[in-house]
Amino acid sequence: MEAMEVDSVFYTDRSGRVTSNPLLDQLPSYQSLLYRRKSSTGGTKRRSSTRARLSSSGSGKWGVNTVNRLEEKQKGQTEQRPIRELAKTMAEKRRDKTQRLVEARELSSWRQWRQSTRRNLRRLKDDAQEWLSSLQLWRGDIHLIEGMFGTGILSYFSFLRFLVMLNMIIFLLMFSFVMLPIIMAPYSSGNTTYNQNDGSICSVYPSSARRGLVIFHEHITDLLSGGGFLEQTYLFYGYYKVDKIHFPSITYNLPLAYLLATVAYLFLSLIWIVKRSATGFKRNLVQDEDRFQSFCNKIFAGWDFCITNENAARLKRSSLLYELKTDLEEERIKQKIKDRTRKEKCRIYVIRLILNLFVIAVLAGCFYSIYVATVFSQEAQMNNTKVNFIVDLINEYLPSIVITLANFITPLLFSVIINYEDYSPAFEIRFTLMRCVFMRLTSIGVLLFSLWSQITKCKEEPCVCGYNHVLYSCWETRVGQEMYKLTVFDFIIIVAVTIFVEFPRKLIVKYCECGLAKWWGQQEFAIPQNVLEIVYGQTICWIGTFYCPMLPAICTIKYFFIFYIKKVSLMNNCRPATRPFRASSSNFFFLGVLLIGLALACLPVIVSVAQINCSQACGPFVNYTTSWEVLPTTVAQLPDGVRTLLFALSSEAFAVSFFVFTCLAMFYVIALAGAHKRVINQLRDQLAMEGRDKRFLIQKLCQAQRLSAIKSPASKSQPRSSRSSPCYHTSFSNNFNEAVFLAHPPPDSSTHV
Amino acid sequence: MGNKQTIFTDEQLDAYQDCTFFTRKEILRLHGRYHELAPHLVPMDYTNDPDCKLPLALIVNMPELKENPFRNRIVESFSEDGMGNLSFNEFVDMFSVLSETAPRELKAIYAFKIYDFNVDNYLCKEDLEKTLNRLTKEELTPEEVDLVCEKTIEEADLDGDNKLSFADFENMISRAPDFLSTFHIRI
Repeated sequence: MEAMEVDSVFYTDRSGRVTSNPLLDQLPSYQSLLYRRKSSTGGTKRRSSTRARLSSSGSGKWGVNTVNRLEEKQKGQTEQRPIRELAKTMAEKRRDKTQRLVEARELSSWRQWRQSTRRNLRRLKDDAQEWLSSLQLWRGDIHLIEGMFGTGILSYFSFLRFLVMLNMIIFLLMFSFVMLPIIMAPYSSGNTTYNQNDGSICSVYPSSARRGLVIFHEHITDLLSGGGFLEQTYLFYGYYKVDKIHFPSITYNLPLAYLLATVAYLFLSLIWIVKRSATGFKRNLVQDEDRFQSFCNKIFAGWDFCITNENAARLKRSSLLYELKTDLEEERIKQKIKDRTRKEKCRIYVIRLILNLFVIAVLAGCFYSIYVATVFSQEAQMNNTKVNFIVDLINEYLPSIVITLANFITPLLFSVIINYEDYSPAFEIRFTLMRCVFMRLTSIGVLLFSLWSQITKCKEEPCVCGYNHVLYSCWETRVGQEMYKLTVFDFIIIVAVTIFVEFPRKLIVKYCECGLAKWWGQQEFAIPQNVLEIVYGQTICWIGTFYCPMLPAICTIKYFFIFYIKKVSLMNNCRPATRPFRASSSNFFFLGVLLIGLALACLPVIVSVAQINCSQACGPFVNYTTSWEVLPTTVAQLPDGVRTLLFALSSEAFAVSFFVFTCLAMFYVIALAGAHKRVINQLRDQLAMEGRDKRFLIQKLCQAQRLSAIKSPASKSQPRSSRSSPCYHTSFSNNFNEAVFLAHPPPDSSTHV
Repeated sequence: MGNKQTIFTDEQLDAYQDCTFFTRKEILRLHGRYHELAPHLVPMDYTNDPDCKLPLALIVNMPELKENPFRNRIVESFSEDGMGNLSFNEFVDMFSVLSETAPRELKAIYAFKIYDFNVDNYLCKEDLEKTLNRLTKEELTPEEVDLVCEKTIEEADLDGDNKLSFADFENMISRAPDFLSTFHIRI
């Protein structure tokens, strides 16, 4: 191949350094790079202005036309791009700016005005962005973390900040549509009508308030379990007994508002998450090139330029080293997999099957224990036998305890099992993570399922009121209490683990010299596990907001404190993980897991709103069979036109045609993406071919030039290779009659600025 | 804002805003940082464009650059004389390209310059070896270094000349998802 033979295109000077061929320097592709390095021979800076040169190079028609077109296109391109995006020195950019101003004065006043408005708008946008980012919560803290630990851990903390904002917005939504009208009613002369207690057997609601002398620790039990004095407050669903509020101008239908606010917050979360993950997703889906250029990515985009701390730099270096070694190892393993014999493959598949069955068995065992714990806890609470303070608390928190234990043990188990399954290292990480995500999020589902089975289980089938009114006179409040308990317990565990496990670990490792300390090692900030923790909390929040409208506020406060706890723990106890977690894919991973959590949260809410009969003793939906029923009832009362429209929108015909349309749009977009990919591949091949063409042509040129130099050794035809003047070979056309020169002698001073 | 600053004229600040990705406040802050590197050399009054350059050694010791293995190359790539002496314009230019809002194409141009150690407009194997050694502080064995460099060229080289031209580099960088977030210095 041509590339292999001695490169005749490049001259080397005496020092052995490769200097660039002057012909190559004249190529338009180099010109467009606009290097501002002083060339070692010429000494003049390259200018971007081609107009002056064009006017004085006096070339043949062919040359002028091509350059004209080229220059027009270039001018158009650079004019569209703002000056600051050009790769030039500051002095050149300023000259460009004054030149543009001069040009602008030549334009019509309309164009001038348009240009100046565009510039002002851009400045305004910059200032607004700066102001907005200065308002951002925790900007200084995150800056510090980025400098010390790099962008991987930074993405965790900015994810945490995003969740704080999301929860606050959800709370504001629920508050302004559900609680605010109730609070405002007396002040704005509103008449509230409450739900009537129709005296049936289903609407009996025994009060759970404590009577008589209340022992102090019972207050604590109530605070931790959401019962007692907390039960009849705005905290839980059961307290919202308002049916309608008659303001002077309108009637506010509270049950409808409650239902619609629930749908709205789920929708809002979905849209916000999808919007946030749009860029990361696009990049991951279309350009998952990491398999194809993992080494390039690590060498050229591997070092985090934000690192300012010496320790962090040392750690980043060792993690890069580790990554490179892992990649080399991965190459070796890929080779090994290719060389596997049939017998070995069978053996591996059998092992994998057995281990996967084992994993399923473990998961089934965990789920069953959660179910049993929930049933036990519910029965213990129903029997109301007070043994003593601690045992009562344990009974209340039994499901939370079991879930936390399961979520602690299973990741360890999975990381041990995966070693025997003999996958490639990258796949191992991803697969373990998937299993952990599944475990975490399904355990909530199992808890809710077991609650549901308890609620709809009556002594005589079928239940009189649709649910077990004897044990669960207000079942929504009970579910709300369980979610509240899960949230509180989650927070307690995070605080407890930080204080009682991580700090002592740091002290032991620092001061104790025994082998155990060395083997245990310093705490690593494991990003995936931490992310799963907060996604778990957020899923509980989404499910629980329907039953406990103030839960988002509690979660906001919880995540607020978790930020500071994690930050302190990170600074003092942790070192960054040796297995680096990359910023780009991590953003996508976080938001992907969050979306899975959201999908999982929608399911119980939908089932309980649409299927289970709402309790007749409490809550805003007393007058309806299921919570969903308020919507059809309201629609039936709307005026005719709107009603027909809504019926049309929810009819089967509309749904089917909408579905078909969406499918068509999706197929079109997929086909488009496939076509683009094909075009990209073609262009890439073309690029490679052009490169080869160029080298071939230059070699031929040099050969021809050498031949002509040998033939006519007169000084006139000596190649002036030392002058690298920045002119196009527009004057090349003049030389067709004479011998081929390598470079046209530079024209006179008019182009040399 | 109210307080009149006398370091730059309004036109100068205007020009800086248009030519970099910084706002007025940030440019003034950058001037403060530049000044504190050498208070006796750098004048406080820049209204008449003084010609003052700071040597490489001073700039490379800034906390933002101190731990960067490519700090010398970064400063050299932005200096006009190629030796690393930066005037204030070049100083601002450097941090502007490395700021968060600079576009990918611009960053790719300068990244290419930074990694091109022998300044020959190509990333040849020696350039890659030097880059790798700076990154890992020479903790890889020579065979591993060789293997990694070969694989890198294999992955990115399109025109088959065993080195990376700017077109190869730009094409590869456009598919590196982390480039924008790692090629970024906060100041």
